[in-house]
Amino acid sequence: MNRIRVRQLWFAATLLLSLFLMLIPLPGPLTPFKPYWPALILLYWCLQSGDRVTLGMAFCLGVGADLFDGVLLGEQALRLTAMVFIALRFRSRLRFFPMWQQALAVLALLLNDRVLLLLIRVLGGDPVPPAEYWISPFVGAALWPFVFLILDDLRARLRIHET
Amino acid sequence: MALNRDDKSPLFAPGVAGTLRLIVYLALACVLMVLDHRGGWLANVRYGLSIVIEPVYRIAGLPSQGFQAATVAFADRQRLTEQNQRLREDLLLANAKLNRMASVAEQNQRLKELLDTQHSLSLNVQLARLVGVDLGPFRHRIVLNLGARDKVQQGQVVIDARGVMGQIVDVMPTTSVAMLITDPNHAIPVTIERTGLRTVAYGSRAGDMLTLPTIPVSADVQAGDKLVTSGLGGRFPPGFPVGEIRDVAQTASGTFLSAQAKPAADLDRSEDVLLLHDLAEPAGPPSLAPEAGPPASMAPDPNAPPAAPTPAPTLPSVTSPTTSRVAPARASTAGSTP
Repeated sequence: MNRIRVRQLWFAATLLLSLFLMLIPLPGPLTPFKPYWPALILLYWCLQSGDRVTLGMAFCLGVGADLFDGVLLGEQALRLTAMVFIALRFRSRLRFFPMWQQALAVLALLLNDRVLLLLIRVLGGDPVPPAEYWISPFVGAALWPFVFLILDDLRARLRIHET
Repeated sequence: MALNRDDKSPLFAPGVAGTLRLIVYLALACVLMVLDHRGGWLANVRYGLSIVIEPVYRIAGLPSQGFQAATVAFADRQRLTEQNQRLREDLLLANAKLNRMASVAEQNQRLKELLDTQHSLSLNVQLARLVGVDLGPFRHRIVLNLGARDKVQQGQVVIDARGVMGQIVDVMPTTSVAMLITDPNHAIPVTIERTGLRTVAYGSRAGDMLTLPTIPVSADVQAGDKLVTSGLGGRFPPGFPVGEIRDVAQTASGTFLSAQAKPAADLDRSEDVLLLHDLAEPAGPPSLAPEAGPPASMAPDPNAPPAAPTPAPTLPSVTSPTTSRVAPARASTAGSTP
């Protein structure tokens, strides 16, 4: 019973941490290199324990991120829902990929996410963003092995295994 | 029990039901976005939830604050001394200028009273600090640590020591969000200081520059020209520096000149900013001046031809000194009407 609670707490804590990481600014010239943290953490949980991540949860996380972001309510909700749907559909395959293939898959998912964001912004009347807009998915994919291994290691250390 | 197990079966979980749920959630998100885009009620929701959002902003701002504290703490003595010396010199220079300005300002006040205009040179400002929070990629917005409790209102102008930074777009109880002048959705009415040409400076796609896409081809615009706010539109008070033109080129269609300008304010370095409290004068003609002059009984016959304009061309040498002194002030007040 206690172990389940710890697991849920750990799950919620990582998601909250991803929102904080999204809000913390990087120093000026590094800003375009910032990865989309909520997506990375959600993808980890999708692959690790797919029954816990549902579309509704991704939607709620997205709405929360939108509230912090304060730009357009529903934008990140749509992006995260779409991403989690794709990841859950291919979950059983993605889990058994070697790490570099997994990173490539993550890159594809993040690029798809950026395309969605571009569509939303252009439909909303914003101008097309500059070329640096496309850097972030590559940084996210490069960080993916580290995110995955660190979170997995922490999970093992906290002995929060699946029962 | 059996149904439950069927639902969780990994073999059939992402089926038709999953797609249906996806469509429902996507539609919900689209509805939210459209409603928000049309109605703009996200601000109200955020105001309601500010009890959660504001502490998160403060916590998320801690790392950048700590980073700054660390740079100050570990900066070497040499650099701090140099910086101190430079600031002292700046202060001395500014004070000297201020002392000279004081007499000029007084003179200006008297002249303005004579001319019966209501501009004032005094500033009513409030000091605000930035909260280091990143509001998404390619969004030119900053978070300030003052809010509705400090009487901050939407539309207030944010400036720093060098020029205009932006305006408040979103107010929460103890924080507020300002849009920078470099945001692609932002436009600010400016005049070119050297020639008095009025135009509009928009934010640019790439971020740290302003674009002025609609300058007439015949206009005299050069790199190095200073831009100041024109006060049109009633949002930005006139006379604040906005930027400096870097290059001028013809647009692709050839109907306009398009210029790039660098903002005068330190948009990505300022830590302390000023919030202007008095907004620009309301648009429209000024109110009627009170009646002055000789009583109406002494007025000349209204049918007689006006006498005032005729002597000017005949006596240019006598009238020119007085008119040249009054003309700029008149021109600046009258120039905003057409």
